[in-house]
Amino acid sequence: MMTDRHVLNEETVGSKVEIVIVEDNPNDAELILRVFRKHNMANQVILLRDGAEALDFFFPPDGPAPGATLKIILLDLKLPKVDGIEILRRIKANERTRSIPVVVLTSSTEERDLNDAYKLGVNSYVAKPIKFDEFAKAVADLGLYWLVLNKLPAR
Amino acid sequence: MSDEKVDIVIVEDDPSDAELIARVFRKHNMVNKIVLLKDGAEALDFFFGSNANDQPKVVLLDLKLPKVNGIEVLQRLKSDERTKNVPVVVLTSSAENQDIKDAYKYGVNSYVTKPIRFEEFANAVSELRMYWLLLNKPFEGQTPVPTARRS
Repeated sequence: MMTDRHVLNEETVGSKVEIVIVEDNPNDAELILRVFRKHNMANQVILLRDGAEALDFFFPPDGPAPGATLKIILLDLKLPKVDGIEILRRIKANERTRSIPVVVLTSSTEERDLNDAYKLGVNSYVAKPIKFDEFAKAVADLGLYWLVLNKLPAR
Repeated sequence: MSDEKVDIVIVEDDPSDAELIARVFRKHNMVNKIVLLKDGAEALDFFFGSNANDQPKVVLLDLKLPKVNGIEVLQRLKSDERTKNVPVVVLTSSAENQDIKDAYKYGVNSYVTKPIRFEEFANAVSELRMYWLLLNKPFEGQTPVPTARRS
């Protein structure tokens, strides 16, 4: 089941989220969600639409930060309000969130974005393929890799 | 420096595991050059020795290694400006939570446990190859030139 942002008001929901998608482009977000659903990986997905929503989610002003069940964060770079590089910097600078795998998934092919992401400790950087079916395959491969193959510590 | 770029570095002391990993990575002719290092000292020498090499697209690092263990190698790689941006995947038979925690603490990019059955192991390595050679875009920045390389 896809959860939407409004459920964040219920305190318990954040604690079960496995996949966080930070993506402002509605078409890209819909495609990513559809691929996860198709591969039965859509349990506990949350979609955040800009950098401010992402910061609220990872660093809530009151209440504990999520993290216990998070397996992967898919992070776009060009985001409204707070950009993706800043979100990445905050996640990797914080003891409580730094071991959550972050994959930058972006249309940016700028070398500077790529290199900044690595310097800040991104786990992986994936460029969005332009063609629809290649994008869908990349998302499926990404999901299987980080949800099935990659191991995380028991938190 | 060799003009043949190293694509992948495998740090693995078990010869049959190393052979399997190298064989899967050589499939489909996607890989130019594989470097196989058999213990932690060889790994440190490869990355920090006098003839320090080009950065590979990924390092596959076993944890239980002779001479210098994998966690120590990881720590060195991720704390040095010359090597910290190279993706490192721990590929180990250890599923101990302390190892997983330590690996993430020192900045591992991904942690994968070796399946026991041969076929599953080969499949896992195949997924690793696809992900880190095709999907992931490696760092392209300049790395500081080690002092030993000055002419």
